[in-house]
Amino acid sequence: MTAFPHSADRAPAPVRAEALEALLTERGLVNAAAIDGLINRFVNDVGPMNGAQVVAKAWVDPEYRERLLTDGTAAVGELGFSGPQGEHIVVVENDDTTHNVVVCTLCSCYPWPLLGLPPNWYKDPAYRARIVREPRVLLSEMGLDLGDDVDITVRDSSAENRYFVLPKRPDGTEDMSEEELAGLVTREAMVGVARVSAP
Amino acid sequence: MSDTAALADQLPIDGPGAPPRSNGELVFDAPWEGRVFGIAVALAEAGVFTLADLQAELIAAIARWEALGEPVENYRYYECWLAALERLVVGQTPLSIDQIDERSEQFVARPAGHDHEHDHDHHH
Repeated sequence: MTAFPHSADRAPAPVRAEALEALLTERGLVNAAAIDGLINRFVNDVGPMNGAQVVAKAWVDPEYRERLLTDGTAAVGELGFSGPQGEHIVVVENDDTTHNVVVCTLCSCYPWPLLGLPPNWYKDPAYRARIVREPRVLLSEMGLDLGDDVDITVRDSSAENRYFVLPKRPDGTEDMSEEELAGLVTREAMVGVARVSAP
Repeated sequence: MSDTAALADQLPIDGPGAPPRSNGELVFDAPWEGRVFGIAVALAEAGVFTLADLQAELIAAIARWEALGEPVENYRYYECWLAALERLVVGQTPLSIDQIDERSEQFVARPAGHDHEHDHDHHH
């Protein structure tokens, strides 16, 4: 039990995964259809477009924005977004002088119902370490240059607090509909490694 | 598995034949990653363990990997996920690590070109 899966004396991970599924299936603990269904759901149905709807609604509806910042889990639930890793959602708001960026330093905590599964860079040891140590430098490398007048707050997500960024609505979008606004919002902006730009 | 990876390289990036992507990136880099993700969430939904248990084991597995001191480019998130899942299965079901090892060795020993029945019912 102490060996790590990629130790030389163990079968490669894809084979171990197949063995594990076979054993669990034989004992009736899992079935292929249920696993297929979960994979399909997280590959096709759940993704950043959900979070983008939340952001767009908060931009056009001040009362919703208040509810979102007060109780994120309840407010996203109003739009039907809930499920695994959808509890304890804490929404933090970015503006011209305050910038929140989200990380999970210990693993990969992430609001699945709003953003889907995290991208590789979010799970990468380098991002997890460097965004804490040198956020301004790393954000710049990722394409987001923040001036010295912007305060950066790094939010460490966990099972108790799963952070979600409400980005600033870009100038020049006053005439856009909620649906059009949702189309501007990227996953990166909702993690805080980017801003939302007007089209 | 290498056949699948080679096939994925030939798939179109856009259009109806494209594999599912999230902001330009495949959700899973290989089919087995999707399987271990699905197995873990299915077991959690069935109450065999909780997602909090899974998270705790995942944190431990990642910490064990980081303690190895390997270059970060060798990091494989879903290998940590699998390690966490194996520990939970061994702790919460009648399955033992020896059974997982034994079945894995049997699968490794399969002749080349074997056609395991699972391969037919996976969607692509």
